[in-house]
Amino acid sequence: MTAFLALVRKDIRIFFQDRRAVIMSFVAPILIGSFFGYVFGGASRSSDPGRVTVLVVDQEAGAVSKAILSKLTANKTLAVQNSTLEDAKQLVRKGKAPVAIVIPPNFGKLATQAMFSGRERPKVQVYLDPSHQMESSMIEGMLTGYVMEAVSKEAFSGDLGRATVDDSLKQLESVPAQESAPLKGFLQALSRYNQSTQSNQTNRRDAGLSVPFELSEEKLTSRQGTEYNPYAHSFGGMAIQFILFMGIDVGIGMLLDRQRGLWKRFASAPLSKWTLLSSRAVSATLIAMLILAVVFAFARIVFGVKIEGSLPGFIAVCAGFGLMTSAYGLLIAALGKTPQAARGLSILATLLMVMLSGAWIPSFLFPGWLQSATKLVPARWAMDGLDGMTWRGLGWHEAVLPVAALVAFALIFGTIAVWRFRWETE
Amino acid sequence: MLQAQGLKKAYGKLVAVDGISFEVNKGETIGLLGPNGAGKTTTVSMIAGLLAPDAGQVLIDGKPVTGDTNPVKRKIGLVPQDLALYDELPALANLELFAALYDISGAKASKAIDAALELVGLRDRAKDKVATFSGGMKRRLNLAAALLHDPSVLLLDEPTVGVDPQSRNAIFDNLETLKSRGKTLVYTTHYMEEAERLCDRIVIVDHGRVVANDTLAGLYRRLPATNKLLIDLVDGSKLSDPSALKAVPGVQSAELIGNRLSVWLKDLSDGAPGVLAWLATGGHPFDHVSSEAPNLETVFLTLTGRSLRDS
Ligand SMILES: Nc1ncnc2c1ncn2[C@@H]1O[C@H](COP(=O)(O)OP(=O)(O)OP(=O)(O)O)[C@@H](O)[C@H]1O
Ligand SMILES: [Mg+2]
Repeated sequence: MTAFLALVRKDIRIFFQDRRAVIMSFVAPILIGSFFGYVFGGASRSSDPGRVTVLVVDQEAGAVSKAILSKLTANKTLAVQNSTLEDAKQLVRKGKAPVAIVIPPNFGKLATQAMFSGRERPKVQVYLDPSHQMESSMIEGMLTGYVMEAVSKEAFSGDLGRATVDDSLKQLESVPAQESAPLKGFLQALSRYNQSTQSNQTNRRDAGLSVPFELSEEKLTSRQGTEYNPYAHSFGGMAIQFILFMGIDVGIGMLLDRQRGLWKRFASAPLSKWTLLSSRAVSATLIAMLILAVVFAFARIVFGVKIEGSLPGFIAVCAGFGLMTSAYGLLIAALGKTPQAARGLSILATLLMVMLSGAWIPSFLFPGWLQSATKLVPARWAMDGLDGMTWRGLGWHEAVLPVAALVAFALIFGTIAVWRFRWETE
Repeated sequence: MLQAQGLKKAYGKLVAVDGISFEVNKGETIGLLGPNGAGKTTTVSMIAGLLAPDAGQVLIDGKPVTGDTNPVKRKIGLVPQDLALYDELPALANLELFAALYDISGAKASKAIDAALELVGLRDRAKDKVATFSGGMKRRLNLAAALLHDPSVLLLDEPTVGVDPQSRNAIFDNLETLKSRGKTLVYTTHYMEEAERLCDRIVIVDHGRVVANDTLAGLYRRLPATNKLLIDLVDGSKLSDPSALKAVPGVQSAELIGNRLSVWLKDLSDGAPGVLAWLATGGHPFDHVSSEAPNLETVFLTLTGRSLRDS
């Protein structure tokens, strides 16, 4: 036990002795995590909750176009700006706005007419930035609803609507009575309805079609009322990345120790190989957990990242990941021939693992097959576990699977490491 | 105290140690001498339990050195050929760690560390990082690290390699102190002078085998000609046939190069007067006479046909 504790203490001491290691492990994840968090929406969270700019070119300037415009303006997710056709095209092309809508002249009249007769339908031109497909589709959907409401309201109660109904009735005169009777009846009823609302101004209600439902949206990120905090993901992801780098250093350090002949001292003492390896695993796990604690403490103080889920779950995920990292380090030490040769390959492997874990780009943006395939990547479980315990606000039972997966990977790596370790010193 | 019996070790096809056996008695210092690649380090590693021999065994006080946690290992102190120290830690922290490996901590450890540092003269540098030490100081600390658990057998693998003469002397003084305290030393080197100065007995290894195992005096006795007499003649050209000297009793052979005559004798005191008289009476005046003492270098050369240093 004396030897075990002394070995653990030595590892931790050497880690803090090494300025480069400390900066890489504590400062780098905080800096890069802050940057990613900021870029992925952290900046707009408080001031402006991610409004999408929409340029509107109103060439009609009539009742219908104004109604559409006011509905767009009322939408909190949009920032509507009036523009001219030329400016609008220019701005979209330059990527300053994702989408521009052009309402053509006479839109209201043509649209109302088109509602009752198969007459030519007016065109609303939409210009969109191809790199913002998602926003564009969203705005097109909203626009359809708003136009429908504005035009139908005009058709059923506005001046344009009355004129259109009368006009349509006149046109029906030339059609044989048998065919036109049902439509004629409907239009006459509509005309009478229009007259009654006209004379009864006080009782006038907004008529027209409206979208027959309302969307009630709530972000299911965490407990009710808490917001998604992009810093939670970015700090978790970067902590994972740099802790894995620390794991590489563990492996390389062991290879260097062997090269320096320190293993001879260890091997000449009455010390079991198990003590030697497990002390390194424990010290690496402790360092990994300390890094996670510091990184998330910083995220909490500066960016308000909270452990919205289970704290024991969070600690378990951190411990599981630390253990996995230390086993990964031992694996590098077991498979690496020289420190130099081991370094290059393990950095590449680590970067791939981090990429597939979703630390850079969240894994829910991966294609389906990749989301399933990356379950074979140990760091993916750490990322999912941290996400779950932080911004998703899940309970401890949701940490069980990630922790089990991490421990399983640690066992696999550790077993291979012990099996392949070249104990004999050279 | 220490017995190596029929040790064998091969790295793939290369047989590094090919059946080495020797014994070291308590309090004795033996020198393990051999050129580069002779198998010295491999032998020492097997004795220290770092390497499992392919064949043979090592006994300390009659008990085999096998297994990682064998308590017999406490009797062995290894001073590795490499500087096996953590450069980034202070000397004290290094020693505390190495003491802890033998389950020594607290006051007992402080005492042992103090004594070891005192011996190697590094007490005032205990708190400094090893990285700030000179090569000689690192060597001395490397030695101190092996003494903390008070082993009775010290295995020293070239403890003075790459060290300036002053530090080398310091290390030698340390080793002589340890010897006087009754420690058993196995001293690996390819420096003759070191082995001659320190060792009671020399085991010469070459190509993984023991080629000689004897005291210094015993080794010298094996030389076909133990003594060499060097005579500078006034005029060497007058001595046309130096082999005529063989007629003098005790002379084994003679050789003349320029004015310098070399005469190999069975025994210096028996043979020298006859040679000098033979020259004087034969009209070969000389102006300088000296003799060359035998050394391990010549022993090695004679035994292996190779020079120790640059083979
Ligand atoms: N780990 C190893 N793998 C392969 N070959 C080795 C290994 N260690 C030593 N050897 C070989 O075994 C032979 C004996 O090496 P060893 O280190 O025992 O020699 P040595 O007498 O200590 O030499 P030196 O004076 O250079 O220290 C050498 O030929 C060496 O190349
Ligand atoms: Mg050697």
